Amino acid sequence: MSKHLPTKFGEYGGMYVPELLIPALDQLEQAFMDAQQDESFQQEFIGLLKDYAGRPTPLTKTRNLVSNPKVTLYLKREDLLHGGAHKTNQVLGQALLTKRMGKTEVIAETGAGQHGVATALACALLGLKARIYMGAKDVERQAPNVFRMRLMGAEVIPVNAGSGTLKDAVNEALRDWSASYDKAHYLLGTAAGPHPFPTIVREFHRMIGEETKQQILEKEGRLPDAVVACVGGGSNAIGMFADFIDEPSVQLIGVEPAGKGLHTHEHGAAIAKGTKGILHGAYSYIMQTQDGQIEESYSVSAGLDYPAVGPQHAYLHDIGRATYESVTDEEALNAFQLLARKEGIIPALESSHALAHALNMADGAEEQMLIVVNLSGRGDKDLTHVHQILNGETQRG
Amino acid sequence: MDRYQAMFERLRESGQGAFVPFVMIGDPSLEDSLEIIEALITGGADALELGIPFSDPIADGPTIQKAAIRALDNQVRPRDCFALLTRVRDRHPDIPIGLLLYSNLVLSPGIDKFYRQAAKAGVDSILVADVPIRESAPFRQAARDHGMHQILIAPPNASEQTMASIGEFSSGYTYLLGRAGVTGTETAASMPAGELIDRLKAVGAAPPILGFGISKPEQVKSAIQAGAAGAIAGSATVKIIEQHLHDKPMMLTRLAEFVAGMKSATVYS
Ligand SMILES: Cc1ncc(COP(=O)(O)O)c(C=O)c1O
Repeated sequence: MSKHLPTKFGEYGGMYVPELLIPALDQLEQAFMDAQQDESFQQEFIGLLKDYAGRPTPLTKTRNLVSNPKVTLYLKREDLLHGGAHKTNQVLGQALLTKRMGKTEVIAETGAGQHGVATALACALLGLKARIYMGAKDVERQAPNVFRMRLMGAEVIPVNAGSGTLKDAVNEALRDWSASYDKAHYLLGTAAGPHPFPTIVREFHRMIGEETKQQILEKEGRLPDAVVACVGGGSNAIGMFADFIDEPSVQLIGVEPAGKGLHTHEHGAAIAKGTKGILHGAYSYIMQTQDGQIEESYSVSAGLDYPAVGPQHAYLHDIGRATYESVTDEEALNAFQLLARKEGIIPALESSHALAHALNMADGAEEQMLIVVNLSGRGDKDLTHVHQILNGETQRG
Repeated sequence: MDRYQAMFERLRESGQGAFVPFVMIGDPSLEDSLEIIEALITGGADALELGIPFSDPIADGPTIQKAAIRALDNQVRPRDCFALLTRVRDRHPDIPIGLLLYSNLVLSPGIDKFYRQAAKAGVDSILVADVPIRESAPFRQAARDHGMHQILIAPPNASEQTMASIGEFSSGYTYLLGRAGVTGTETAASMPAGELIDRLKAVGAAPPILGFGISKPEQVKSAIQAGAAGAIAGSATVKIIEQHLHDKPMMLTRLAEFVAGMKSATVYS
């Protein structure tokens, strides 16, 4: 192999996987590096993003949401992307890589089902066979997305092991891949996992921040003071951050799920409350016991219910370039309803976390402030779940 | 003298390969583990491969996953495992003992401290299932510092570069993967592994022991015939525990019988 990409972000990241998977990861890295230099690959990717998925997505200035006159709040509308969330961007990229590597099958994990839906649609489009692992608990709370995936021809495999959520689905996907790498690509759904996934996922999502920069300059003539994104594994956040990392005037704010509160054990705030360790192939902040057993995370939002975070976020946190805050279920549910009522937009519960934090910032602002929230997805998938919560029919989560 | 080296020499002199059973420490309980290990040794195990239970074992199939869950449900902690290892070592001063586990359990106390504890408990080797050679330097260093072997995996798809590293860094024995995938007897090891064994010999690797998908004496026999120094059976051993959870005497009898059957297949013919 001629050249490698850096495998770590500071001390974070790496390739902590069974030896068996190393050739598959090397092959992926090579295919990605080649594709980045290949004009025809880039044209096909950009073409799909534009004509199939609907990029660029709008940057919408909120009209009624913020009462503080000093604050201007924009929403980057990834909710309008085909598939209903930002996930479609990088999935199209990795699906094209799958074909480039001559593989015919795709394995994926999914939490909220958004990555599964994006994988299913890309595989339907590009003639790939998809099998998608999903925690049994998530199969239940994200039922509409399960039906969507199956409609588009994907096989959805419920995972009962462990907590029956995203972490267990990733375990199962990795196990599958270690037997099937000859034919199958593991299309990992967030900016976590072993190298090269965190880098590939970031690069295939970086148009979120690039478009935002261009759009806000057109509309406001200046860069935002802050960009805010929710953090599960960290893909929509790193996609938004990537093009702003070298703009020191722009605050980068990631929002983790505080669940029932950071003082409880029921949250998914790996950076705020976790410690350093290895989960799913990467060294990062993870939620673990004092013996190093992985703890189960919790969030009302399935897409944020993950006990680790992508390694680049751990690094950005440590060097102080990005700040990570957290928002409870309650605050996220309030923001979910508020955006619906004030702007006529129903956000995903994941994205509602970012929005809730931005609203907290707006309330406290004493100076002019220009904020962009990455509205990473739409709330259709959450309607039944939120309806039940609001009717008091279910325990949150 | 080094216990693996002594074992390989003893076996070579008597025309045998090694049979190495794997079980999870604390499955189904710590006290049972002690008796289970005695049964394995009684049956004729040449060395032991023992797991410390981890919550997210990505290299394991359903059988060993369930063993880890049973142990964790019994609140078995790494320090309990070390205490048990110490007792086994006291009773059996010569048998090689290998640990097989996942990286986060090692990182939790710190690599150096973990290896120190293992060495003190009488462990001879450590295999970290999710640490490939590429990430293995600090683990190999700790193993050297504490007089143990870091076991490396030779997968069927190993590149030339991986093979060369195994030649350079392997110590104790080389864990030869019989096939792709995760642990489990659902898919049998693909035989013969002869070509891979020849490549390992050519690079001067530590003696190869074949694992993954081994459940029958015939497989042990063909592994030895293909040039392996021994065979490891994990899921097949653990399965016997799982099948007799409510009848311990039967569990112990069946385990000893199983090991004896596998061991008898290690004699060169
Ligand atoms: C709409 C939406 N936003 C955010 C996330 C969280 O993932 P990430 O942190 O990778 O952006 C998900 C995950 O399913 C999602 O569906």
